Amino acid sequence: MPRDSNAKAYWRANLRILMLLLTVWALAGFGLGIVAVPWLNEFHVAGFPLGFWFAQQGSIVIFVVLIFVYALWMDRLERRMAKDAGEA
Amino acid sequence: MDIQGWTYAIVGATFALYIGIAFWSRVHTTSDFYVAGQGVPALANGMATGADWMSAASFISMAGLISFMGFDGAIYLLGWTGGYVLLALLLAPYLRKFGKFTVPEFVGDRYYSQTARIVAVVCAIFISFTYVAGQMRGVGVVFSRFLEVDIETGVAIGVGMVFVYATLGGMRGITYTQVAQYCVLIVAYLIPAVAISSKMTGHPIPQLGFGATVVEGPQAGAFLLEAIDQIHRDLGLPEYTGAFVAGKRSMIDMLAVTLALMVGTAGLPHVIIRFYTVRTARLARWSAFWALTFIAILYTTAPAVAAFARVNLIQTLHERPYAEAPEWFTNWEATGLIAFNDRNGDGRIQYGEDPATRELEIDRDIMVLANPEIARLPAWVVALVAAGGLAAALSTAAGLLLVISSSISHDLVKSVFRQDMSEKRELLVARVAAGGAVLVAGYFGIHPPDYVAATVAFAFGLAAASFFPALVLGVFSKRVTSEGAIAGMTLGIGFTAAYIIAFKILGWGGPEDWWFGISPEGIGTVGMLLNFAVTLTVSRFTPPPPLEVQQMVERIRLPSD
Repeated sequence: MPRDSNAKAYWRANLRILMLLLTVWALAGFGLGIVAVPWLNEFHVAGFPLGFWFAQQGSIVIFVVLIFVYALWMDRLERRMAKDAGEA
Repeated sequence: MDIQGWTYAIVGATFALYIGIAFWSRVHTTSDFYVAGQGVPALANGMATGADWMSAASFISMAGLISFMGFDGAIYLLGWTGGYVLLALLLAPYLRKFGKFTVPEFVGDRYYSQTARIVAVVCAIFISFTYVAGQMRGVGVVFSRFLEVDIETGVAIGVGMVFVYATLGGMRGITYTQVAQYCVLIVAYLIPAVAISSKMTGHPIPQLGFGATVVEGPQAGAFLLEAIDQIHRDLGLPEYTGAFVAGKRSMIDMLAVTLALMVGTAGLPHVIIRFYTVRTARLARWSAFWALTFIAILYTTAPAVAAFARVNLIQTLHERPYAEAPEWFTNWEATGLIAFNDRNGDGRIQYGEDPATRELEIDRDIMVLANPEIARLPAWVVALVAAGGLAAALSTAAGLLLVISSSISHDLVKSVFRQDMSEKRELLVARVAAGGAVLVAGYFGIHPPDYVAATVAFAFGLAAASFFPALVLGVFSKRVTSEGAIAGMTLGIGFTAAYIIAFKILGWGGPEDWWFGISPEGIGTVGMLLNFAVTLTVSRFTPPPPLEVQQMVERIRLPSD
């Protein structure tokens, strides 16, 4: 179990990760997937108007990647914290 | 073998499998019954969560809905996947670290109040019953179409199935049955999608075929989506891929509905509780990743299926003489899910969307259920789709029934009335509650309330406006108080429920009367913001939570061991 200062550092690092990933979440889901769609639809990739593609495919893929990055990042953070606690 | 023979064979085999799994994983302790002994591997939990989450609505109805909505269908696609990001980042690891059995239990302990616990129990039961009635109805529809029995008999068979494996195996039985059900439903969804995509575009992967060129029929050579937009322009409909144009949802409403569905997803007790079944908070994070991966496989296929169905349907039916209608058309006419009404008396089918002049009435569910027949796939594929629809409905129903059962036995009977109850006794109460809940759900399946469609808006709106803020603030603020949370939940729910009842049931008016232009489906977003604001304000003016509650919050924030 980490000590107090270590626990605080962990929580702060955790909050930073959350802020960053949730910003990406909002931009992907509400930005690319909704607000920017009329503009993005001017561009085409293969047969997809780009905005439509984000709304019905791309943003979902981004959500999956976000959770993957989060789980991986937290694993590394926890390993580092456990090591710091061991050395202290 | 014909369709009916195949359906009996495949549905019979999958049912035997589910019952076998339930018998193999029958349980003897409350921990096994409520949370599968917290020993489920992350990958298996991801699959189980996928089956738990994807209901009859996702499997049977969603592609059809999108097919009629075009771009606007994104509200479901984004709303029902984006919620998992919130769940993974803001709730799952912490609630797992809290380490008890139910969602009302967290609310009751964190807000040190029996009132808060009871409010949470009532919300959990109401949300779950709302949802489960729709699943039983789905079971009945599938049975009646493919096995040609009455809806009542179909619902009764479904009730019997869930009764056996939910009361026998509890959460452990449900979890491993859901793993099997995920496999059945995803295979059943993908096979017709791959076949249709290959046939129409030459690409076996539907997600690629979606953006490719059509290889047959009058639109050959054009990109699929351009072909649909052209068909829509010819018929005088808004473009399929167009956003916020006349006849489609406004941007503000799209944002509100999407957020309400996301936040509602993250607040649904039967989804949250799946993250209690793994060993550590770390595994809760990884099971959220696996869950969304497995869900995304179906959710990225559905819009492609929707687009293929759009072209197929209009191309095969529009301006075709009724006498030459394909065989599947007449098959499905018998179920009443599709109907032709020759208003202008020319003997031809004219497609259109204006209710006053259109000659075709199409139920959205037909898009997935009739797909294999429209694409002329073999009978066993049709039977597999029936088994997939049943797997989707039964797995979701079982997860919901477990929430109802544990809310009653654990949070109501044990925590409020009989704290000295023995474990054996509690297990018995849990089983009786699960059994009772199945019967009530079956009754609603046979006699569905008229406002089924409105109740879905209810389930998500209420979950968004009640649980989500209480849970998130419970973890991320040590200062939020019992008084704040109770006031926030009550006002959030009260406002959301009043708005939905006013516009959906009492008929207060159409889109031009909506507050801020937000539809009843999206009002949960406003309810949620109201809940956050009220909770934080009231907490400021009430004494801080007791020390042991603050310590509990600090404990659940620590890394998992």
